[in-house]
Amino acid sequence: MFPELNNLLNTTPDRAEQGKLTLLCDAKTDGSFLVHHFLSFYLKANCKVCFVALIQSFSHYNIVGQKLVNIVELRGAVPSTWVTQGVSLTAARECGQLVFLEGLKSSVDVFFRAQAAPHPLQFLREADAGNLQPLYEFVREALKPVGDGQAAWRCPVLLVDDLSVLLSLGLGAVAVLDFVHYCRVAVCWERKGNIVALVHDSGDAEDEENDILLNGLSHQSHLILRAEGLATGFCRDVHGQLRVLWRTPSQPAAQRDRSLTYQYKIQDKSVSFFAKGMSPAVL
Amino acid sequence: MAAVATCGTGAGSTGSIAAAASKNNVTSFQRKGPRASGTDSGCSRLVSIAGTRPSVRNGQLLVSTGLPALDQLLGGGLAVGTVLLIEEDKYNIYSSLVFKYFLAEGIINGHTLLVASAKEDPADILQELPAPLLDDNCKKDFDEDVCNDKTPDSNIKMKIAWRYQLLPKMESGPVSSSRFGHYYDASKRMPQELIEASKWHGFFFPEKLSSTLNIESCSLTHGYRKLLQFIQNVIYEEGFDGSSPQKKQKNILRIGIQSLGSPLWGDDICCTENCDNSHSLTKFLYVLRGLLRTSLSACIITMPTHLIQNKAVIARVTNLSDTVVGLESFIGSERETNPLYKDYHGLIHIRQIPRLNNLIYDVSDVKDLAFKLKRKLFTIEHFAWSHCSGGAFQVIAIITRVTGLPVCNRTSPPTFQPPSHLTHGTQVLHLAATAFASRLVRHSEPLKQTGSGRILQAAGPRLWHDGRRQEAPGLLAIPP
Repeated sequence: MFPELNNLLNTTPDRAEQGKLTLLCDAKTDGSFLVHHFLSFYLKANCKVCFVALIQSFSHYNIVGQKLVNIVELRGAVPSTWVTQGVSLTAARECGQLVFLEGLKSSVDVFFRAQAAPHPLQFLREADAGNLQPLYEFVREALKPVGDGQAAWRCPVLLVDDLSVLLSLGLGAVAVLDFVHYCRVAVCWERKGNIVALVHDSGDAEDEENDILLNGLSHQSHLILRAEGLATGFCRDVHGQLRVLWRTPSQPAAQRDRSLTYQYKIQDKSVSFFAKGMSPAVL
Repeated sequence: MAAVATCGTGAGSTGSIAAAASKNNVTSFQRKGPRASGTDSGCSRLVSIAGTRPSVRNGQLLVSTGLPALDQLLGGGLAVGTVLLIEEDKYNIYSSLVFKYFLAEGIINGHTLLVASAKEDPADILQELPAPLLDDNCKKDFDEDVCNDKTPDSNIKMKIAWRYQLLPKMESGPVSSSRFGHYYDASKRMPQELIEASKWHGFFFPEKLSSTLNIESCSLTHGYRKLLQFIQNVIYEEGFDGSSPQKKQKNILRIGIQSLGSPLWGDDICCTENCDNSHSLTKFLYVLRGLLRTSLSACIITMPTHLIQNKAVIARVTNLSDTVVGLESFIGSERETNPLYKDYHGLIHIRQIPRLNNLIYDVSDVKDLAFKLKRKLFTIEHFAWSHCSGGAFQVIAIITRVTGLPVCNRTSPPTFQPPSHLTHGTQVLHLAATAFASRLVRHSEPLKQTGSGRILQAAGPRLWHDGRRQEAPGLLAIPP
């Protein structure tokens, strides 16, 4: 996770909120650094995470997760010492904290061999527009609370990277919105967990299905993080702009939703954020 | 081969590093092996495969695309397990050439090839591959090619436009005989014995129309289903996915798919805007990427995106590919006769580079790239206005010096950036020219002195001396 982003969002792994839907979206740039942030954030917060990774392989997230520098104060040591550690997905998967669905690898299995039990990515074999019910069952099974005295995790978290690729695989926007709705009921409402999902904003590519999906999710989410490329083009020192929008979907929009805008630069091990126009390269 | 022997000992030592690293899981240093399906001990040894090298940034295994200039722009090469999508130019001249360079590189390195096409028989494609330039007898010919083009004053240290001297030079010559990246002579054919010695599989779609399938019908078109089945068979039977671990010598599979998405594959995505089977192509790309990620292979796909009318599909295809490069040739366009572009055959756009195992990626600072095909070299260069003639561009050069902001190069500090919707610099030149003209009018009042005005006054008399313009020396000499 990126400590500067935690400061912007005013959260720490100890005080993570519950029952929230966070929407990550990117327009004209790559917003996958936000996915890496939330993955390591919730693993550090001792939550049980179900990660539906449809775009990249497990080793990609693992290697990036180990690189993310996280400075932790060792309590009880005088003088207090600071230790850097990354998060290891293999260790988390082995101890049961992380349930990882690797979309690329499973798609090959599903596509070439008929499966006995319904596979989460069963829609790949279907000719007509299917639905995501097997995937929903998989998520619900993964995040169900274990009652046999194992280490109790704090709250379940569903992380999806990303939802736009489901539209490319033959599903309609309505099917994906239904899936998110079912997951919200099961994860956010029943188990007081969180959902984080990434959607691409196609901008002027006139992708209607994607716009429906994005608008529908924007109205349901509590927190929207939008990574945009700079309107003026490529810059070596400022990679983009991040807009943070806090919303309360249940209440009418009488009070103004709080929003902030920052610019960021992605470095090898972290991302630095600064106010607009205050890049260290300019000052 | 001596190279393999030395690398064998190297593999032993890196194997021990990797073993130590895997015990201690929170180490941040991890030597990344090829993306085969093994995170098990069998594949964590970095076995050196001919024609590959690890990336300097993250240890990712790279293969050459056959064009060393393109390798440099993509951060060293094409990562094993990824897709390189080439957006075809209008008449499919240069994209098919890039396709052939990729296959020729595979033959030289001893990789296995899989060539799929719906238009030409793969055997014919292989006959037309360019001949490789071997280091000893090509150096002499290359030197005389370079001498013909070199301008005599390119080695002068620039006094005024010193910023341009700091620009990185593009590599345009054969590298010292490393086994990564070779040069090819586009006018000669690859020797027959090299082609026969190589291992290749061909998929010619019109021949496979009648045979049966064992995938039940999903929304993929017939051609794509057969192609996926064929690729999966080759990967499985030859053990590229690590399924037969007793194979000692690992090899790379280079897959080349020509004109994917064209109507010859049975897909109507290029014909109509709202086609019935619009998910066919994207589903194919997704499953193909799944196959590549779990095997030691790299794929090049050329796609006629200029024919696809639905922009949403192009955006989705770009998101589903790893590296996307677009070629735009000047043939038939009004730029062919434009003197600005007379040295180049087209523009090359690097649309997307993947971030693999990393938060950052190697992106070139230079966004205006043009290519030219001489007989022996396909070079990619920073497209600069070095050959413009006429007073207008010298005026712009003066403004560049005065304001200190490069006009053509987009990596200026964020305080000034040309709007991103301008694809090339001519409109920026227009704006700058009007700014200069307005300054000229104010120049008649010598008492009003602003900071920039003072510099202009110093430059003014020298330039407009006696009503004649003088050449500003060294300003427009861009390094070749």
